[in-house]
Order: sequence, then C-alpha cells, then structure tokens
Amino acid sequence: MEAIAFYGFAALAIASGLFILFSKNLIYAAFALFLAFLGVAALYVLAGADFLGVSQIMIYVGGVLVLLIFGIMLTQKANKSNDPSRHNRVEILIRRETWGFLLGAGFFVVLVKIIFSSDFKMTGDSMTSKSTIRTIGVELMTSHLLPFEIVAILLLVSLVGAAYLAMNRNPMP
Amino acid sequence: MNHIPIQHYLLVGAALFCIGLAVAVTKRHFIGILLGIELMLNAVNINLVAFSRHDPERLSGQLFALFVIVVAAAEVTVALAIILRVYGQFKTVDPDEVSELKK
Repeated sequence: MEAIAFYGFAALAIASGLFILFSKNLIYAAFALFLAFLGVAALYVLAGADFLGVSQIMIYVGGVLVLLIFGIMLTQKANKSNDPSRHNRVEILIRRETWGFLLGAGFFVVLVKIIFSSDFKMTGDSMTSKSTIRTIGVELMTSHLLPFEIVAILLLVSLVGAAYLAMNRNPMP
Repeated sequence: MNHIPIQHYLLVGAALFCIGLAVAVTKRHFIGILLGIELMLNAVNINLVAFSRHDPERLSGQLFALFVIVVAAAEVTVALAIILRVYGQFKTVDPDEVSELKK
C-alpha cells in the first residue's frame, strides 16, 4: 500500500515536471507546478516528515505559487489576441531546447550512475511512526537557534527589499 | 513502515532536479526560469528528507529542508519584485532582450 502511494505520487511529480518542460503556455506550467508540489509534499509525508509536508503545502502552494501566477499575469504581453493558444506563450529556440535536453539528460545519467554505484550504510535506527513536530521544535530552539534567528532576519530583509523594489513601478516624469 | 529503499527517493529527486535544470535552461521567460529553480530546490529537499529518515533523534535533514524552503520563499519574493521592475523598464520578459543596465 505504501509502495503504491510512493510510486503514484513520484509519477505524479515527475509527470508534472515533464509537463512544465514541454508546455508552451506558462499558466498551464504554473498549475502543473502545483501538482508537482503536491506530489513532493506526499513524498515528504511518506518519508516520515509530516511537518515538512504540511509546511510545503502551506508555503509553496499557498504562497509561492500564488505569487508566481500573479507575476505571470502582471507581465502579460501588450498585444492581446483572442486565440487562447497564444496567451502567455513562451517561444523556445531550437538550439536552446537541444542544449537544455542534452544538459538535463546528461546530468541525469551521471546522477543515476552515482546513485547506483554508491553503497549507503545506514547506521541510525529507522524512523518510528511518531510525529516529528516535537523533535523539530526542540532542535530549532536549542542547537539550531542561530540559523533560526538568521532566517528570521532574512525573511524580514527580503520582505522590506521586495516591497521597496516593487513599489513605484511607473514613476511620473 | 519505510519499506521503500532510499535509492528510489534519490532517483525521484535526481529526475526532478534534471527536469528543473532543463526547464531553467530552455524557457525564454523570467518566470519560467523561476519555475525551474523551484523544482530544483524541491528535488534537493527530497534527498534531505529521505536521508533524514535514518536520523530520528536529531532530524538534521528535515531542519535543513525547512531552511531551504524558507530561503526559497524569500528568493521568490525578491526575484518577482525585480522581474516586475525589469518589465516596467523594458516591457519584456525575455532574458535575451534585457542586455543593458540602463536605457
């Protein structure tokens, strides 16, 4: 049962990724990214990371993806047409497409070779089925306190920076 | 629980990473490139979470993945603000056409 769920969600994530790669319409690609994020969140839960799965759904699907779709809609082309296949179209040069596929496929072959030639010896005991929230909270407040505070400052800085960069987009001369 | 070998998680992560790399290289659209980068960050997180299965006391991998998620969210906000500014300046979202610092 768990294996079926794992391979199903892995296939969902990879198929959505391939759809993003081959889709010419950027809005469709963004919605496929939604499915890919859901698949990855399910993989987190299957790997025993329940807190990360929920944060993945809340942060990526609730925040990042909405932001990306807003960005796509705010950067529409000026010349509108009624042909639905022309909206948000991304033209891809043939040469660039070839290089992209070659790069991706070559790197994938290298990674698969590395994964199959490596021999992992897991020393720690495997995860029990209890929730990870308590461990994550204790670790964040004890041994990972400094990164936690730095991340808080980073979020504040990026919030202020994004608001400053995005405001006053068309200044009056 | 946990009958799935770790190599399968790593294979899924490798496939997603390479798809994200190809997306980031081929798309001629700033937001398309961002989509590819998000996919790559997710693929890396799968690896971290998969190895963290065997570290139930400290969960270092999951904490690292949490920080990666937060940094990715910060990166997307700043990148979108920059993209909106570039679009207001150049009226295009094609990275090949944005080649000047000042117009």
